[in-house]
Amino acid sequence: MAPLDKKEEYGAFDSVDEIFKIPALECGAMADTNTFAAAPEHNEPLGFPGELIDNWQEVAIAKMGELAEKNRAFQVYLDACVKCGACTDKCHYFLGTGDPKNMPVARQDLLRSVYRRYYTFAGKYFPWLVGARDLTKEVLDEWYTYYHQCSQCRRCSVACPYGIDTAEISMAAREILDTVGVGQKYCNEIIAKLKKTGNNLGLNPKALRATLEDLEEELEDETGIPVKLPLDVKGADILLITPSADFFAEPHIDGLLGYAKVFHAAGVSWTISSYASEAANFGMFIGSYENMREVSWRIRQAAKDLGVKRIVFGECGHAWRVGYSFLNTLAGPFDFLDQNYPIPQHIMEFTSDAIDDGILKIDKSKNDEFIMTYHDSCNVARGSSMGRKEGGQFDLPRKVLKAVCNHFYDMEQDTIRENTFCCGGGGGLLTDDLMDLRIKGAKPRMTALQQVTTDHGVNKMAAICAICKTQFSKVMPKYGYGMDDIMSVHQLVANAVILDGQETEEDDAPETAATEEK
Amino acid sequence: MSTLYAVLFYVATVILIVGTGMKVARYARTPAPLKIPVSPAPRTKRGVWFRMFREVAFFQSLFKSNRWIWVFAVLFHFGMLLVLLRHLRYFTQPVWWWVDLIQPIGVYASFAMLAGLGGLLLRRIVVPRIRYISSPSDYLMLALFLGIVISGMGMKFLMPVDILAVKQFFLGLMRFQINELPAQPGVLIHLGLVAILMIIFPISKLLHAPGVFFAPSRTQVDNAREFRHLSAWASQLPPLPEGIPEPEEGK
Repeated sequence: MAPLDKKEEYGAFDSVDEIFKIPALECGAMADTNTFAAAPEHNEPLGFPGELIDNWQEVAIAKMGELAEKNRAFQVYLDACVKCGACTDKCHYFLGTGDPKNMPVARQDLLRSVYRRYYTFAGKYFPWLVGARDLTKEVLDEWYTYYHQCSQCRRCSVACPYGIDTAEISMAAREILDTVGVGQKYCNEIIAKLKKTGNNLGLNPKALRATLEDLEEELEDETGIPVKLPLDVKGADILLITPSADFFAEPHIDGLLGYAKVFHAAGVSWTISSYASEAANFGMFIGSYENMREVSWRIRQAAKDLGVKRIVFGECGHAWRVGYSFLNTLAGPFDFLDQNYPIPQHIMEFTSDAIDDGILKIDKSKNDEFIMTYHDSCNVARGSSMGRKEGGQFDLPRKVLKAVCNHFYDMEQDTIRENTFCCGGGGGLLTDDLMDLRIKGAKPRMTALQQVTTDHGVNKMAAICAICKTQFSKVMPKYGYGMDDIMSVHQLVANAVILDGQETEEDDAPETAATEEK
Repeated sequence: MSTLYAVLFYVATVILIVGTGMKVARYARTPAPLKIPVSPAPRTKRGVWFRMFREVAFFQSLFKSNRWIWVFAVLFHFGMLLVLLRHLRYFTQPVWWWVDLIQPIGVYASFAMLAGLGGLLLRRIVVPRIRYISSPSDYLMLALFLGIVISGMGMKFLMPVDILAVKQFFLGLMRFQINELPAQPGVLIHLGLVAILMIIFPISKLLHAPGVFFAPSRTQVDNAREFRHLSAWASQLPPLPEGIPEPEEGK
């Protein structure tokens, strides 16, 4: 495989400097890229009007004022920007498209200009001076277009001297749009589905059970050991909350098998819930506290109903931001769970502890064909943490990867850890109608990947986010990679873990099943 | 003219203090419904203080994100800080010893301010991305600062003014008496522009100064799992139903 030979229409770059090459401004380049609008049956179950209401202008302006009263971030961010320009070259969508309205500050200004017009002295009396403008239908449409070209990844917020977070503005804009009946089909349809079935896919408990049984068979065929994937088991110790993509998309499933093996090896009892069979919380994408709370509430109810002691989240970026940063707020207090463990815990924390405790038998050579790099998923990197120390969200996945693989190389420093680029599909944009945007938005990440491919022969990239995995399996082929060149971290764990009593393959018996040396 | 400027400065001071105070009160009053620190974030209050100190004292994030803007911003802001401290001599009698001490540095600081402002203005005009995001007010704000700096430097280097009289004017204002203000153009322009700056402070982007201390993305402690964060309005939301509803037919 030689990714660099295959520069397709979306292009690849020659050197790492090219990642940050600032494109010439191309006004209106993405003005016609619109995601499908939600139908009334998608909006209404979320508590929003079915379609654009008659007095939308009045309602939208009032909602803007309400948000400013209820959310300090929104209020302060609208006031504090000095237009210094530090964020202008930080957004992957800007770098990929050149559309100036995809520069974070310009994206914020789509809304800030209207806020100023109605809520500030300068904007009321001197609109031309401060670039304030009336809320017209064109402005509303522009919001819909460009606030659905933001993946809420927060890379710009790291760059801003005041920490202004475009994600907050974009969430607020989407909430205002929803409030007047202009929803996005992808997000709203999924939230409606979750409220009905407990997951984003609309998978009912029967189908879920059948899927898990198939996977158990697969695991037993592979290892000769009856590793279980339990569903709705009352009294289990651990409730696993994982993105529903883990139940049937590739490479997500392989990650799920990894969690199962780790739990099995650790000898803990665990279960999945059919009532809360989804980790992702799309309420965050649309900025709706109420919807986010309702979705989170299911996790609390499932944990109570099953009588578990702990909650562990699977590999899912936005889910983990909600889990780590918001779950306690939205569905807490979790006083009925075992307080000796973080609530909730990430599967990476669990696996990392299992490695430290020497519980896992690992044969790293099983992953020798893979030369790995790691993509920090944006919401994990900048919206959450892990472990006991600051920055654990960067260190734990790398530690686990290095414990199960022999070949690992990081990408360019300015594209990983807190400076990581979004995969291009986060924040509610992982829909086929935005494919063009997704491919262009992935460009900076793909360029950094191509650099480590050139330098170190890296052939696989691991991630811990369901959206990243789906996005990359779709867009990597556009940049000369295979769709299976994106892997789950726990897929690599699954490959390397040797279970007690596992039949060894005839051709390559594991060298002494030793645990990983530090 | 002295009376006019006296009134102007009283009005400007009231607007600056009351207006900014109201904004700050509003920021402080507005709840943050969720924990949104941009991570990696400190897990303790002390860590947040340290983070904010690095931001305010060194412009840490700006340093990492854009070196040119950082250079100009540092020249401007720290130049301004020294110049402002230098100006304390107009409001203190006797002049504090350390204000005396920094008088000569303050003079050089004005050149730093000038260079910083010039750089920022140049970038705004020359760099297409920044030109794109600039409104008339963004240029005017720089022009206002430049006007203040240049008129101030003019009085220092070109057309010396009776600074003792100026000092008497301000000491008088502080005691609610109106003393004679030298009616020289440098003084009047300089002070007039400063008064305008004070007046527009609470209604302009200059609010970034207090705003930086209220940005939840930087000021929150990363401890959501350990301590439950709940805003007042969120705690008033109607409770959600307990328990798992029975599945509907045939699921």
